[in-house]
Amino acid sequence: MQQKDVLPMKPEPAEKRAAATAAPLNITGSEAVIRSLIAEGVETIFGYPGGAIMPIYDALYDFQKEVHHILVRHEQGATHAAQGYARTSGKTGVVFATSGPGATNLVTGLADAYMDSTPMVCITGQVAAHLLGTDAFQETDVIGITMPITKWNIQVTRPEDIPGAIAKAFYIAGSGRPGPVLVDITRNAQVAKFDFEYKKCDYIRSYRPVPKLDPEAVAAAAELINNARRPYIFCGHGVLLSGAEKELIQLAEKAGIPVASTLLGLSAVPVDHPQYVGYLGMHGNYAPNIMTNECDVLIAVGMRFDDRITGDVSQYVKQAKVIHIEIDAAEINKIIKADVAVHADAKTALEALLKLVKPAKHDEWLQGFREADKQEEEKVSKKELYPAEGGLKMAEVVRLISERTEGKAVLVTDVGQHQMIASRYYRFKDPNTNITSGGMGTMGFALPAAMGAKVGTPEKEVVAVIGDGCFQMTLQELGTIYQSEIGVKIVILNNNFLGMVRQWQQLFFDKRYSSTEMTNPDFVQIAKGFFIPGKKVTDRADITAAVDEMMSHKGAYLLEVVVEKEDNVFPMVPSGQPIANIRLE
Amino acid sequence: MQKEYTVTVYTEDRIGITNRICVIFTRRGINITSLTTAETEIPGVYKFIITVISEKEKLVKIVGQIERLIEIHRAFVHEEDEVVYQELALYKISTKALQNGNIELLIRENNARILTITEDYFVLEKTGHQQELIDLQAKLAPYGLIEYSKSGRVAIIKWSRRFHDHLKELEQQRPDNLKQATYSEHTEVSAEEESI
Repeated sequence: MQQKDVLPMKPEPAEKRAAATAAPLNITGSEAVIRSLIAEGVETIFGYPGGAIMPIYDALYDFQKEVHHILVRHEQGATHAAQGYARTSGKTGVVFATSGPGATNLVTGLADAYMDSTPMVCITGQVAAHLLGTDAFQETDVIGITMPITKWNIQVTRPEDIPGAIAKAFYIAGSGRPGPVLVDITRNAQVAKFDFEYKKCDYIRSYRPVPKLDPEAVAAAAELINNARRPYIFCGHGVLLSGAEKELIQLAEKAGIPVASTLLGLSAVPVDHPQYVGYLGMHGNYAPNIMTNECDVLIAVGMRFDDRITGDVSQYVKQAKVIHIEIDAAEINKIIKADVAVHADAKTALEALLKLVKPAKHDEWLQGFREADKQEEEKVSKKELYPAEGGLKMAEVVRLISERTEGKAVLVTDVGQHQMIASRYYRFKDPNTNITSGGMGTMGFALPAAMGAKVGTPEKEVVAVIGDGCFQMTLQELGTIYQSEIGVKIVILNNNFLGMVRQWQQLFFDKRYSSTEMTNPDFVQIAKGFFIPGKKVTDRADITAAVDEMMSHKGAYLLEVVVEKEDNVFPMVPSGQPIANIRLE
Repeated sequence: MQKEYTVTVYTEDRIGITNRICVIFTRRGINITSLTTAETEIPGVYKFIITVISEKEKLVKIVGQIERLIEIHRAFVHEEDEVVYQELALYKISTKALQNGNIELLIRENNARILTITEDYFVLEKTGHQQELIDLQAKLAPYGLIEYSKSGRVAIIKWSRRFHDHLKELEQQRPDNLKQATYSEHTEVSAEEESI
């Protein structure tokens, strides 16, 4: 069955959307939910109906032109899809789920979005208020469960509180350091009527999402940079979240500073930019890691010094003055003591910094990175990207995808070896084209996130690179891809192993491969069952044509590539060790 | 170094806020030794006074995590000499004990007072620092102490300005205002930071 590319939703004309919020209207709480979402500019919802949210779904039935609902196959899939959507479109992702198991299925996605600062609003149905606390059918304490993994959550038991709660939810989710928010609405509040009026929220007395820039801190940072001999920029997710890619590149160019990226910062700076030196962290590039302890001024922008970046903190960046530009005050001095803390939005801070930073060149310093690159190329990259013999390598598949899409496609990766390989070798061109689960490392993330990413940017190609283990965690979403005609390209890098765990078992557990080998199904047959065409490739001779075929195909396509069974990802900083101990083999 | 600290948190009045604050301590394996909460002089704003035994550095980070919560205005960690504080204890003692002249002296010496007397028991009240209250409990034990109940800490921060001045400022600065975070030490106070 032939599939079409998913079409972008055509939002209704502005006047019609405005009419949806015309006040006052005596309507049910459920209709108020939908009208509130429309007032917030929501066009897409990922969800799954059930008893406690049925009135909301009933109201949705009358707004099918205004709001596009995508029926997923599991609520976890809805959350990851909303994440993919949010990260490509820049809007807040929206999820519907019912009470009890529907709500508990959101937990992983909420935790993932919380760790990776993704704006998301989850609306859950709840049993009627008079049943709360009685262990009623499908009742669960979703507020208690999600408290530590949401930026904010609230339970609404009266219809008149719905518009205010949703307005606050969107304001909180999307402002400051973004994050997921959950609104739990009891069934009685969904069915009772009230006079609806919607006002967007832009102020909460106890919440200060936008810090006021401290000019003294910026001046102190500029002075450090102007006097630095070996300055070094770390580009984190915050750069993308605040849309500061341009300012970051301008700063790097003006002051001649090398830029390295965190996993979630990837795609903020084009890989081929002359100031870009690579990807940081446990399996990042050799040069950016090893040079961290060589710089004299470190400018960390919108990143939080995750342990996967720092390794042993006691031997990390001790020689340098650290400038930390960060919107979330709680992140400053959490792991690394900042000599200059700039508590601000990345874009605001970089704009101010640009004015004070003097033009400079640090060619010799930059050249040091290029020298270190050669070692990595010799010992690792060449063999990975252009192997002459043996089984197919993950890296060569990623290279072919990167070449075929010119690095312009949105790359969605799952978690494990394939994620690290794809992040290392895909040559990102445009911002927000790297969608992955960083902080949480959620297996099963990529397939649903790719659906959301495609819906968020229908004009772009979206390629999901997934491991065989990860794919089997959320493969039910193939059903969503088929039903909603979402044209994602799915590449399974199949090594019949939980590769990353196997690698650790090999290196640190005497090759005792405990429960990591997988006997896999025929993935192409599974895709066929969902009416998604596909192909399986085992030989090097067939891979280029297969990638071409996949990229030329209109609509969703699954390519299974059988890769080297026991391959390892290098370089590697062994867990908990200093970054100086980075291994190339 | 581990010692007792007082953490004060100014919050909006919202169901579940206690839970949200406690979870942050739980996650780092810190036991809350006492917790008192009540509305402040500003309607709708509550003050939590939490005592914990921990390290300063850890608590400064925790306070940052608490301040990140949406309904929190400010949070601080204080050394013992930065707050004026009291706790309250009630002691239920068998009335028979009053026949012993020593107990009257004990009550006077410890500035305790009798709240109520029945045929079977009487109730003493004393305010003071934790150790004083515990000491009195030990002294009363031989007289037939039936029940003992102690409150959490109530504290006034020595260097604080009235909190509602701060709130007023926030309201005036709307929308571009700032929770001026003090990064290194929440307890080192400069003139600018004196407004809570």
